[in-house]
Amino acid sequence: MATAAAQARAVKKAPQTGDAIARLLALIFAAIVLLLVVLVVFELWQGSAASREKFGWGFLTSSVWNPVTEEFGALPFLYGTVITSLVALLISIPLGVGAAIFLSELAPAGLSNALTFMVELLAAFPSVIYGLLAFLSLVPLMRSRVEPFLKHTLGFLPFFQGPAFGVGYLTASLVLAIMTFPFIISVSRESLLAVPREQREAALALGATKWETTWDVVVPYAKLGIYGSIFLGLARALGETMAVTMVIGNSPAVHASLLAPGYSIASVIANEFAEASTKLRAAALVELGLVLFCLTIIINGIARLLIVATTSKGSKR
Amino acid sequence: MRLRWRKFVSALMLSASGLCALIAVSALFVILAFLVYNGSKSLDWNFFTQLPKATGEVGGGMANAIVGSLQIVGMASAMGIPIGFIAGVYLSEFDDKHFASLVRYTADLLNGIPSIIVGILAWTLVVVPMKHFSAFAGSVALAVMLIPIVTRQTEQFLREVPMALREGSLALGASRWKMIATVVVPAGSKGVLTGIILGVARIAGESAPLLFTALNNQFWGGMNEPTASLPVMIYYRAISPFEDWHRQAWAAGLVLIALVLIANIAARMVLARGVSVPRG
Repeated sequence: MATAAAQARAVKKAPQTGDAIARLLALIFAAIVLLLVVLVVFELWQGSAASREKFGWGFLTSSVWNPVTEEFGALPFLYGTVITSLVALLISIPLGVGAAIFLSELAPAGLSNALTFMVELLAAFPSVIYGLLAFLSLVPLMRSRVEPFLKHTLGFLPFFQGPAFGVGYLTASLVLAIMTFPFIISVSRESLLAVPREQREAALALGATKWETTWDVVVPYAKLGIYGSIFLGLARALGETMAVTMVIGNSPAVHASLLAPGYSIASVIANEFAEASTKLRAAALVELGLVLFCLTIIINGIARLLIVATTSKGSKR
Repeated sequence: MRLRWRKFVSALMLSASGLCALIAVSALFVILAFLVYNGSKSLDWNFFTQLPKATGEVGGGMANAIVGSLQIVGMASAMGIPIGFIAGVYLSEFDDKHFASLVRYTADLLNGIPSIIVGILAWTLVVVPMKHFSAFAGSVALAVMLIPIVTRQTEQFLREVPMALREGSLALGASRWKMIATVVVPAGSKGVLTGIILGVARIAGESAPLLFTALNNQFWGGMNEPTASLPVMIYYRAISPFEDWHRQAWAAGLVLIALVLIANIAARMVLARGVSVPRG
């Protein structure tokens, strides 16, 4: 793959001092980007030292969070982060993939582009806006209507028990679902559009219906990109702060019921960091940040690998 | 019979996918409708000109938060845009294979880091040494978020510039840096501008990294003091128990969303005039 720069170099090599200076300057600014990431890792590692030494690996499995006795454990937050993100995906995957199928296979190009622009606008909304709407409009609705209904119909399941507070894992998951499906739709649609036309024509010519063509031929062809879009949405959900902080209930405990109030890593940092008076408490919060950092880096890495794999396959056709 | 069943399943599933798309798009309109309905009831001139009233008192505005947001975002742009832009020029024009792909990878990585963690970084870098919260600390956090966005957008749009333009200017005897400054960058400027607009719109709506860097303030802030910003104000007003503060949160939400919409539509219009949209 010849890059723009490599080709331009081949055109002419002009040895000039101005070029050397420009190159050096650009190199320094590019190095700043690299330096910033190194700084994030370094500061998270350094800042969490006190907590890592005191609690060791037990930090991840302890569910005590007591600033008075200075005992800190990450389990309630880790649990809240993971459970809300996974429940959000249960909602946003079918919705997102379904919409992506419509946008790539059925809708005419003009309509598809217009609708995709609208969906992508959702991804551009600040998260505090989602929090505002969720806290002032969705929470009262959940408390008075949705949660009593769920308890009435599905109350025999352990997931839908206990009092209806309005705030809790379920409300946070719903908000995260709305915040993640724009990513799933946008990236899945791209990978579905990258499937070669011949694949569809061959399946239709063999007598498959439109849906059979889509589901048995086109979707499997684009599956890596779709998985990638899901991981991208997951990474986004794991790190989401404001909207979750406003509706999850902010209670550091582990509950099986989705109606119960919980806590997430990002929200405990948002709530307690400014008032973290003691060194150990600040260190414990930074260590939570470190855990969240590692989680999102891994999930993002997987997403990128999957998306690159499909787009390069698509362009080879 | 079998064929009829298959056709029925096909029609059913395809309409289900249409329904999914309908739900997804209607989410946008439901959100906008709620904001416009609740926000327009509460938005008045005082909102833009007055300071917040004391806790529990009715009335007042968010003039300080609007100015504070401008200060913090302006400072963040002043730091983040030049760094991001030049780093992007490097990736597109001075591609040293290994180092460039390393920078590209880390820029994507930085882009994927949750904003709250960027807040922790700015807290340790600025708030701890200075021993107090400040608008400057907030703008450092936002600049860190802005840099990778601008870098990747700049690179992407400069790569779109046709090779023939570069060859032409080099053939006329221009040096590399002159070619970049007078030919490549102007040719890609619309796209780069779009990227910058979208990046600034994105950081302007961020509140998580400001919570413990710029903090909040009921009065006018300054570069060196805790300063209110629109998103942080929305957060505190919304979770407060006062009806009148909820009203103000809706008004602020409407203002913020209007800014985001304007930026996105403007960016789209700049792009629509003769620049091809790179994918992804």
